[in-house]
Amino acid sequence: MSEPHVFSNAYNRSLTRRGESCLAVSPARRQAFAVAFAGYGLAGPAVFFLLVLFLLPVIGVFFIALTDWQLGAGSFSFVGFSNYREAFADATFRASLANTAVYVLIVVPGTLLAGLTVALLIESGKSCRSFYRAIHFLPFMATVTTMAIVWEALLHPTIGLVNQMFAAVGLPTANWLRNENTVLPVLGALGIWQNLGYAMVLFLAGLKSIPRDLYDAAEVDGADLWIDRLRTVTLPLLGPVSMFVVIVVALRALECFDAVKVLTQGGPGDASEVLLYTLYRESFEYLRTGYGAAIAVVFLVMVGTLTLINALVMDRKVHYQ
Amino acid sequence: MSAVTSVKGLSSLAGILRHVVLLVTGALILVPFLWMISLSIKAPGEIFHASLSFWPVQFYGIENYEKALSEAPLLRYMGNGLMVCGLILALQILLCAPCAYALAKLRFFGRDLVFGMVLAGLILPHQVLSLPLFILGYKLAILNTYTALILPYIVSPFGIFLFRQFFKTIPDDVVHAARLDGLSELAIVWKVMVPMALPAVIAFAIFSVVGHWNDLFWPLIAVRDQSLMPPPLGILVFKNEEAGSDYGPLMAASTLVVLPLTIAFLVAQRWFVEGLTGGAVKQ
Repeated sequence: MSEPHVFSNAYNRSLTRRGESCLAVSPARRQAFAVAFAGYGLAGPAVFFLLVLFLLPVIGVFFIALTDWQLGAGSFSFVGFSNYREAFADATFRASLANTAVYVLIVVPGTLLAGLTVALLIESGKSCRSFYRAIHFLPFMATVTTMAIVWEALLHPTIGLVNQMFAAVGLPTANWLRNENTVLPVLGALGIWQNLGYAMVLFLAGLKSIPRDLYDAAEVDGADLWIDRLRTVTLPLLGPVSMFVVIVVALRALECFDAVKVLTQGGPGDASEVLLYTLYRESFEYLRTGYGAAIAVVFLVMVGTLTLINALVMDRKVHYQ
Repeated sequence: MSAVTSVKGLSSLAGILRHVVLLVTGALILVPFLWMISLSIKAPGEIFHASLSFWPVQFYGIENYEKALSEAPLLRYMGNGLMVCGLILALQILLCAPCAYALAKLRFFGRDLVFGMVLAGLILPHQVLSLPLFILGYKLAILNTYTALILPYIVSPFGIFLFRQFFKTIPDDVVHAARLDGLSELAIVWKVMVPMALPAVIAFAIFSVVGHWNDLFWPLIAVRDQSLMPPPLGILVFKNEEAGSDYGPLMAASTLVVLPLTIAFLVAQRWFVEGLTGGAVKQ
């Protein structure tokens, strides 16, 4: 804390005594310069690559989205917002937006509920906590591409485990990934399977931070049953954590790509076309660079909005405590 | 008396119920993993006979794993993954730690601007950058090389952010003492700050390696040659071009790709949870 004063004093003295011998003043000043110089030297390389690999490319995306550029074409011209107009008039892109929304609306509540339930169950006893946590967290770190291939085997219409099990207990079977009514819910189930461990560990951390004496106080106030304590203490105090879980899981759901690429390629029809898959296909398969960039901008706006909400909510959470 | 015993009985019943429910949900979670292993040791005939048993009638594991390793350059894919992830991580730490130190402990004009750039990078989803990065790769003529897989990730805004947070908790006196000992600023980063921030470095290492080992999106765009592919892309190509629905070898390949990280996770669970939740969960 004292450092700024040292520097400003040295600076002031150097102003007032300019012309005098620098011997008394300049060591502190020189050190300030040396520190600043070191700062540029140490931050410089990272800043250079941040500019080249992050900030200039994102500006580039906005720019390319205003052109009719096709990858490989020598020239391009500015077309204003017509890429955006074309996208929002395009049936596939609209399906993609709608599917992404449905997918997020399946994955977020499902993950939240499953993660919270598992976390509450794990926290309600003392034994085998890390064992249960490990099992439920495992899908979150497993390679999605690989596990999607496994899910394809599980969902295989004739030899898949799912249809065999369903048939054995009299439930309806289906060609889950080739049926336009089931494909999104099935992808959603896969998303929940993959993310619930993530929600679980966030909830476990939230549960740990609830002070014990609040439960004692609730008991004194007559909350004898666990359901009362859950309702009056646990769930309200998990509010901020839940909000955080909703947003980070929504962000992950928005970025759904691998499973669609492996399992459905957006089909049947447009039934599982999601935003990132459309972005990939338009940009790198059809090489419609300008149009793909416009989709990237739409995606960025959605992710950016959620991230901003997250930052605001986290800000409010600080005031709670 | 009787009231006390009944409460006790109730709570032990609740305890049993807790285990029952968690074992059931845990089993459901594990089904894909177990089925993957099961199919990887079954003969084609048995797979298509659609039996429900986990253990095969005829153990066919050796044939399946041999086929997976010989028909797809699986070891090559895993070697690629290891090398790409290792180089990305090394370069990330090399670039991020000094920058984080500068942001945490040094004062210089424009520091807030640099931190603002880090925050902006932090919220950018990487897929948005793929088009310009692809064009950049094309201009630099590095597409379809290891460099294309590595370059876009050599600086990590999250890494800078995480290290900065950790470095800020280290007292300034430590830095002053190191300067009095004659250490240069760069030496302070590597000999003082990074060793003291080892937990953050490990958490970041796990975050980075898991993320890039599992990534499909960018490799799909950046490389074409099978000899350069990391495991997720390699196994996708194996599925589409070789294995099809020859599930035995395909599941054997899947098992081999999933296995290394799974074992590492089971050994170091706490670190994985902390690293993969971005430091949101501290054990």
